[in-house]
Amino acid sequence: MYRSYSELKSNLSTNKTSVLQVVAHYVSQIEKNKHLNAFLEVFEDDALNRAREIDKKISQNKAGKLAGMVIGIKDNLCYKGHKVSASSKILEGFKSLYTATAVQRLLDEDAIIIGRLNCDEFAMGSSNENSAYGKVLNPINNKLVPGGSSGGSAAAVKAGLCMAALGSDTGGSIRQPASFCDIVGLKPSYGRISRYGLIAYASSFDQIGPLTNTIEDAALLLQVMAGKDEMDSTSSSKPTDDYLSFEKKKNKIAIFSSFINHSGIDHEVKNGINSILSKLEAQGHEVEAVDFPYLDYLVPTYYVLTTAEASSNLARYDGIHYGYRSENTVDMETAYKKSRTEGFGEEVKRRIMLGTFVLSSGYYDAYYSKAQKVRRLLKNTMDELFEKFDHIVIPTSPHTPFQIGQQVDDPIKMYLEDIFTVLANLSGNPAISLPVGKHSNGLPFGLQVISKNFCEREMLSFSKEIVDNFSHN
Amino acid sequence: MSKVTEETINKLAELAKLEFDENSKTQIQNDLNKMLSFVDKLNELDTDGLEPLIYMNNEQTILRDDEVASDITQDEALSNAPQKDSDYIKVPKVLDKEK
Repeated sequence: MYRSYSELKSNLSTNKTSVLQVVAHYVSQIEKNKHLNAFLEVFEDDALNRAREIDKKISQNKAGKLAGMVIGIKDNLCYKGHKVSASSKILEGFKSLYTATAVQRLLDEDAIIIGRLNCDEFAMGSSNENSAYGKVLNPINNKLVPGGSSGGSAAAVKAGLCMAALGSDTGGSIRQPASFCDIVGLKPSYGRISRYGLIAYASSFDQIGPLTNTIEDAALLLQVMAGKDEMDSTSSSKPTDDYLSFEKKKNKIAIFSSFINHSGIDHEVKNGINSILSKLEAQGHEVEAVDFPYLDYLVPTYYVLTTAEASSNLARYDGIHYGYRSENTVDMETAYKKSRTEGFGEEVKRRIMLGTFVLSSGYYDAYYSKAQKVRRLLKNTMDELFEKFDHIVIPTSPHTPFQIGQQVDDPIKMYLEDIFTVLANLSGNPAISLPVGKHSNGLPFGLQVISKNFCEREMLSFSKEIVDNFSHN
Repeated sequence: MSKVTEETINKLAELAKLEFDENSKTQIQNDLNKMLSFVDKLNELDTDGLEPLIYMNNEQTILRDDEVASDITQDEALSNAPQKDSDYIKVPKVLDKEK
């Protein structure tokens, strides 16, 4: 019904609609699209009650910046008094005792949190086929995956089940589903949005970000969520910008030949990105091909470091304090082992095992330390590049969305789905996927912009120019 | 060369508090060996003289004052426990007298 918040805002200000009507609309849309399996739970009563309160605030001119904006949250974000499960059986029935800072800031501006969205278990996956609560279907074509791990978030926004959604991005989990579902997906710089209340997967990679139909809504949500938070010591104290003041300028753009000429890339994706780049050049931007020799090392580095962090982060699920405890428990030891073995899915266990291996004595230096050094090398390379360039432009994914079930048997092939997205998480840079590509097979593909650290305003300004010029929507 | 033997899997499973039956043990052993030969590629890169990158935020950590604050109540802390009584989380027995 509403592609962007500004449309709703103007209808609310002229009394053409009420927040209550809008919430009721989205609740019925969710009901009609249950087959997509995007929502794990709809917070219906809660959302309707809040809608009444916010309508009252609007009539008193006291409403916040996001009054009535209907937002879904990925099922790894805590919202006090509501269930959260990271799409895992091990957290079945768990209720949040506090609210994530990112979510709280949305609530403080009178947004409506409509429900929690399906995802890959503990955000581990690239197709949303790893959820303990079933796969999510791509609303564009129900035989295809929506991407992952924030697949429910992307599918819900595309299908019009909410106006925007929050996701988390550890290796591409916001940008790749945005590319597969033809919407905007923003991963901010590491530390720009507090991770307090985000269920941890790999803490030095994880970032929360918005999935939206428009650049303006992505900027608006970033504006509200960004900034220092005492509850997350890794959140940055750098001042935030005015992300909604878009500024047109001539940019210096780097393109990576190794990415665009990669053997696995669909030739129409390659041509589509190249053609946009030539048009940008014709419009006065400087475009330069740069040699980036580390493409084949990105996913290996990512998997060593993220599995190590995951094995440590997921040690807290012990079957004792909260969550699932196995019925086969006989003593303390079996409580741990049976609960974890029965509670975690296959991919999660695989990653815990690899992470435990690379951290174990005898292998720590060869794998974990080595990967941390490669991460330094990558970050240094990116820092040097951004002394010369404003943005890097590459595809978000090598191809359009694939069939459900097509890649589930080969974990490495699935890991390579993230080949173009993990770089921004390894280096911490902000990155965004823009819905500008359309394949002759009728399916979408995203263009990815990676920018200088904490230059989200510049990134969004450039993104707006690209979307305004090249969007097919 | 496969690095991960059945013995390695047993040791890792013990460290990670996971169990694998015979079938899934072969599977996880194959998967880990595949994943390791995939990440072995990193050895091609010369990283001499590079410091491991550990912290992504290079701002100085400012510690807050050490003040007592109450974030959750006892009832809340107990509310998600799989087994509990009015004051405590109940755990299964740790030592077996029979043994």
